[in-house]
Amino acid sequence: MTFDLKIDEPHPDHRADGLAQGVLGHESDRPDGWLKVAGAATYAAEEQADDMLHGFLVRAPKIGAVTCPNLDAVRAMDGVRSVLRDPRMIRNAAQGTANEAPVQGVDRAAYVGQPVALVVAATFEQARHAAQALVVSVEEDDVPVLPDTVTPEEPEDQNTRIGDLDRAMSEAAFKVDAIYTTPSMVSAAMEPHAATAHWDGETLTLRGSLQMLKFNRNELADSVGLDPKHVRVLAPYVGGGFGSKLGISADCVAAALAAMELGQPVRVVQHRRHVFEVNTRRSETRQHIRLAADAEGRLTGLGHEALVSNLPEEEFAEPVIQGSHFAYAASNRHLGMKVARIHRPAAGSVRAPGESVGVTAFEVAMDELALSAEVDPVELRLRNIPETDPESGKPFSSHRLEAALRQGADAFGWSRRHAAPRQQREGEWWIGTGMAAAFRVNMVIEAEARITLTHDGATIRSDMTDIGTGSYAIFGQIAAELLGLPLSQIDVQLGDTRFPPGSGSGGSFGAASTGTAVWLAGMEIRQQIADRLGCAEAELTLKDGVATVANQRTTLHDLLSDETIEGHGHVKPGDAFEKVRQATFGAHFAEVAVSDVTGEVRVRRMLGSFAAGRILNPRTARSQCHGGMTWGIGMALTEELTHDRRDGHAVNRDLAGYHLPVNADVPPLDVHFVEELDDWAGPMQAKGIGELGICGAGASILNAIYNACGARVRDMPATPDRVLAAMPL
Amino acid sequence: MRPFDYQRPETLSGAHVAARDGATFIAGGTNLIDLMKLEVMAPDTLVDISRLGLDQINTHEEGLHVGATVTNSDLAADMRVRQAYPVLARALLAGASGQLRNKATTGGNLLQRTRCPYFYDTDTPCNKRSPGSGCAALGGEMRNHAVLGTSDHCVALHPSDMAVALRALDAKVEVEDSDGTRRAIALDEFYRLPGDRPDQETTLNAGDLITGAILPAPFGGRQTYRKVRDRASYAFALVSVAAMVRMDNGRISNVALAFGGVGTRPWRDRDVENLLIGEAPSQKLFDTAGDILMKDAVLYDGLEFKDTLVRRLLTATLTELTQ
Repeated sequence: MTFDLKIDEPHPDHRADGLAQGVLGHESDRPDGWLKVAGAATYAAEEQADDMLHGFLVRAPKIGAVTCPNLDAVRAMDGVRSVLRDPRMIRNAAQGTANEAPVQGVDRAAYVGQPVALVVAATFEQARHAAQALVVSVEEDDVPVLPDTVTPEEPEDQNTRIGDLDRAMSEAAFKVDAIYTTPSMVSAAMEPHAATAHWDGETLTLRGSLQMLKFNRNELADSVGLDPKHVRVLAPYVGGGFGSKLGISADCVAAALAAMELGQPVRVVQHRRHVFEVNTRRSETRQHIRLAADAEGRLTGLGHEALVSNLPEEEFAEPVIQGSHFAYAASNRHLGMKVARIHRPAAGSVRAPGESVGVTAFEVAMDELALSAEVDPVELRLRNIPETDPESGKPFSSHRLEAALRQGADAFGWSRRHAAPRQQREGEWWIGTGMAAAFRVNMVIEAEARITLTHDGATIRSDMTDIGTGSYAIFGQIAAELLGLPLSQIDVQLGDTRFPPGSGSGGSFGAASTGTAVWLAGMEIRQQIADRLGCAEAELTLKDGVATVANQRTTLHDLLSDETIEGHGHVKPGDAFEKVRQATFGAHFAEVAVSDVTGEVRVRRMLGSFAAGRILNPRTARSQCHGGMTWGIGMALTEELTHDRRDGHAVNRDLAGYHLPVNADVPPLDVHFVEELDDWAGPMQAKGIGELGICGAGASILNAIYNACGARVRDMPATPDRVLAAMPL
Repeated sequence: MRPFDYQRPETLSGAHVAARDGATFIAGGTNLIDLMKLEVMAPDTLVDISRLGLDQINTHEEGLHVGATVTNSDLAADMRVRQAYPVLARALLAGASGQLRNKATTGGNLLQRTRCPYFYDTDTPCNKRSPGSGCAALGGEMRNHAVLGTSDHCVALHPSDMAVALRALDAKVEVEDSDGTRRAIALDEFYRLPGDRPDQETTLNAGDLITGAILPAPFGGRQTYRKVRDRASYAFALVSVAAMVRMDNGRISNVALAFGGVGTRPWRDRDVENLLIGEAPSQKLFDTAGDILMKDAVLYDGLEFKDTLVRRLLTATLTELTQ
């Protein structure tokens, strides 16, 4: 049996509020937490085997046709077992949900840094040294690497024109017409991409650092030429993904091919410098934003046109304008995308693709409009909240932006702010505040999960991953709540393609998708218990291992004896996405200090106010928001992957050169959750929270910089030199 | 990383014996090991000097003797340094991260290599890494590069904070050659300009071992080290200044200024100091000082901001110390 659900209709029955165990929606530890802190969680590179071989990827130093003239000499080096130049090796990581092999081949490098060989040796050190000794000769192709030097593609389905924006601009009482840019950025997860592969002659078993296993298995199988049923992928622990581990990565395919060739387990760990090249970066963007408003600051026109880039044959284009389709009302609209085909490393999903950079730039433009219209920035957003989806006219499933704005403003103390810039100073430091709205589409992905209940407790299984987000914790909470068990009696097993296929982690959809599958599995078990007790499921109270119906109490032990009950949940997205516009909303507030001498910016405090449906575990949800807001600091102030202008290569490809915010850059972050139950989000009324915190966060900082010192920075990140250049002197 | 021999002698003479056929000395290894992993440096032999007893800070006839393997953390925390050489303590704490400072040593920091990304990228030409191969930074992406002391062969920046303070302090580098003879090299004479041999960074000879740094008698006055960087910690200087000023009757009676983030070596320009000595502080004076400091600057595309930034930093720092 399976409890299936296709989300076609709202779920106004808030069952989670009537359950007895009292764990769902409450703070809860992560069961994997101590394992990780103690080093007891086995990550992909940590699997041990006596006969393990070690592979090291070799990068192309230039773009063009590749040959390796000293292959034989390298094969003869100490410890070297093989130098693979296999045409099945992949050019770059697969895009999320690709479900098939990405572009393959080693004879022609499409970008500097493309893996063109794998050196396998008895030790890691031997493999690395031999990899460095391998000469990679390139007959160079003359290809473009700068986005503004090519005629970009303009996908027509990415072009929305409603009304007459040019006319709205010419008739506007107030307007903004400006260009904003964001640089390439990378996920830079703490755990580098890594894989260990085993081949027993029939089945390939790969332990990887991956986010979406059901897709990754097919991508790996397709890459190496195996039937997916002979491929097993494990990723029980993942040290951060942020989109960079959505698709199968070069280390996985190379490790698999080497294991299949050599008949021994092979480990391939990406060097930190590989991580910046061979996976996917967030595309740089150039965004032309136009806003037309009437005398009260109500938008009459809205334009958002973006130029992004990617390698040839990559379908992904950073969906910069995704949030602008529904964020604000305006009857004249022009939204469009252009994609430059250039030969920088591949672009793909990085935390909140689209809104992370799109909302951030747009919310800076909104701040500029607020200043010119002399309307308070919070009030400006409130005046432009649409009644229905501004393009399709569909109703919103739930829309709590107003509450997020008002509650956030109150909690932050927004009313004490100076509206004009350059009003507050402490020594050489200008002090200012800024805000931005947050928008993020909400998605559900097909997912399955199984729960097995015995008198000892319950085990949840799904190939879903926990990439540091708290999947283990919240699935345990959902099952504990439904089955009336203490958390200590719940075992959550994830990250194995032998388990039912979950959603995978990405796009903020993990908790609501696989979580709903767990919910359905739990419901199926509740139904079976109710059947045994001869009552309706809704009459059943399950708490602390005891089933109560009316006044009759039955322990789980008595009910099950040595039997096992199974529940299998299966959720699919349905017509809800046709009927309503569903999204998550929020508001960011920031206070900064800007040095009048150096242009250095210090964020002094931030507050985020977020509405994402039912919050399943405030601790893990808050942690997601902290992470997103910290990314916002990076986007606003420090992060930029620099490309060499001659060959496009990633110049600052390590954690010393690519400036993620460090502890000293991150002030106390305050997270406030707006109460919301979105009935269209499924039986738990929960939406995704993993990405909302980054969307617009950087804009609140950039707007605060302007409020502090009058420097309007439109090219991110706002490094000291850019702030100084923009500062009125 | 190329396979290498490793030795850890217990005595100085043992270190020289171990290194007689050419070796690289290693102390904290916070830079060297990174460079070895990338095969930017590939020594055949490493001689570990961490057990030679060079980890002491002692009073010295001139001021203070800092052993070569005194860690950055220990040096920054030493009460004599904090009281008499605050510019040094501040510079040390502005550098790297807590973890790195716990490992990085005084001698190693003096020999820290540039952070030019092309130097670290063995797939690109670099005259410092591979003499005569060319310079990929020129015409490439320049941000953390030098504007003073550059040549057509190299624009690599000296990345140290500590050495900037030592240069302002007129410190000396104590060196023992392979015969066991000690000499002291003034910081002014220690670093070479790149010229046409950017691979030759110091005036050390083969076999020389740095045994310590000698700090002169305290300068007194008011001192500071101020560093501008792209994030609040764990970033190299965009621009930094080590400054010490003594005032007498409203006039600058003595001043020492050294700059990081601008030069191919820790930068000091006596002409700037000579201008300031004897003068009353004023914006005009500081502007002129900035003009002198930057008169020979070469501002490649991407580095123009350093001219503005270093002048503003100089003015603000001198204003603060002369008030």
